[in-house]
Amino acid sequence: MQAIVAGLCGIVFGSGLALSGMTNPAKVLAFLDVAGVWDPTLAFVMTGALATTAAGFALARARLRPWLAETFALPTRRDLDADLLGGAVLFGVGWGLVGLCPGPALANLSRPSAEILVFVGAMLAGVAAHRLLWSRRAARNASSPPPAPLAGASRSR
Amino acid sequence: MTLSPDFTPLAGLAGGALIGLASAALLLANGRIAGVSGIVGGSLRAAPGDLGWRLAFLVGLPLGAAALHALQPADHGFAITSRLGVLVLGGLLVGFGTQLGSGCTSGHGVCGLARGSRRSLAATATFMLTAAVTVFVVRHVLGGL
Repeated sequence: MQAIVAGLCGIVFGSGLALSGMTNPAKVLAFLDVAGVWDPTLAFVMTGALATTAAGFALARARLRPWLAETFALPTRRDLDADLLGGAVLFGVGWGLVGLCPGPALANLSRPSAEILVFVGAMLAGVAAHRLLWSRRAARNASSPPPAPLAGASRSR
Repeated sequence: MTLSPDFTPLAGLAGGALIGLASAALLLANGRIAGVSGIVGGSLRAAPGDLGWRLAFLVGLPLGAAALHALQPADHGFAITSRLGVLVLGGLLVGFGTQLGSGCTSGHGVCGLARGSRRSLAATATFMLTAAVTVFVVRHVLGGL
């Protein structure tokens, strides 16, 4: 049941991306190009999306649990760390280079071309690369001994 | 500043409302954030029983776009004009960056801002600014890539 609802949500989400023109990288780049011939449409998409999503969160706050699941799976962190901001910088550069972020990139698989397949392939490779590095970092943190009392003690490794 | 003749505020608002409707429904029904990069990343390390809804949502994205294109074939001006190297570099940065930064335009920009998350506000401001600077450098400093 959850998968059926998620599938319908994906369909509505994808149709919204297409209706708003956000599947078109040229239109996204025209929003980001404030010094060129500017297309403010993306700001209107954000406004429409934020208004309805905020209403959804207001309804969710009044409930103890979702209709189909045990709990609301929401992020709890509030700190601003280097991963968050560094990741946003890398993402912003990639988004500005091509004009595609993950949702529109996947929605554009509806009209497959060599360009979109290359972009989505590279995007998934980037996701997998992070997964690989992240699991190594987690393993290293878990297996490394507590800090040595003497500064030089760990250098012999 | 010159305003583009392609500016479509009403279609933008309506499309945005559909995006928000889908995000609100996924939250209220399944208790999940409709962040595309988060749903993709989670698919790679999903516990049994957690994969189905993720794949269903992701497959729905192109289906919904295809349905809309069928209803509204006049999607003029669609163009992915980047060269191969730029597509690969851009894709890698988008994939890696959204995982490192825990979200993209949908997760941070829509869901995060809608629930008043300070991390999402910082991330959204950062990637919007960085993307705009990137476009400025590519178009107005380098003269295109």
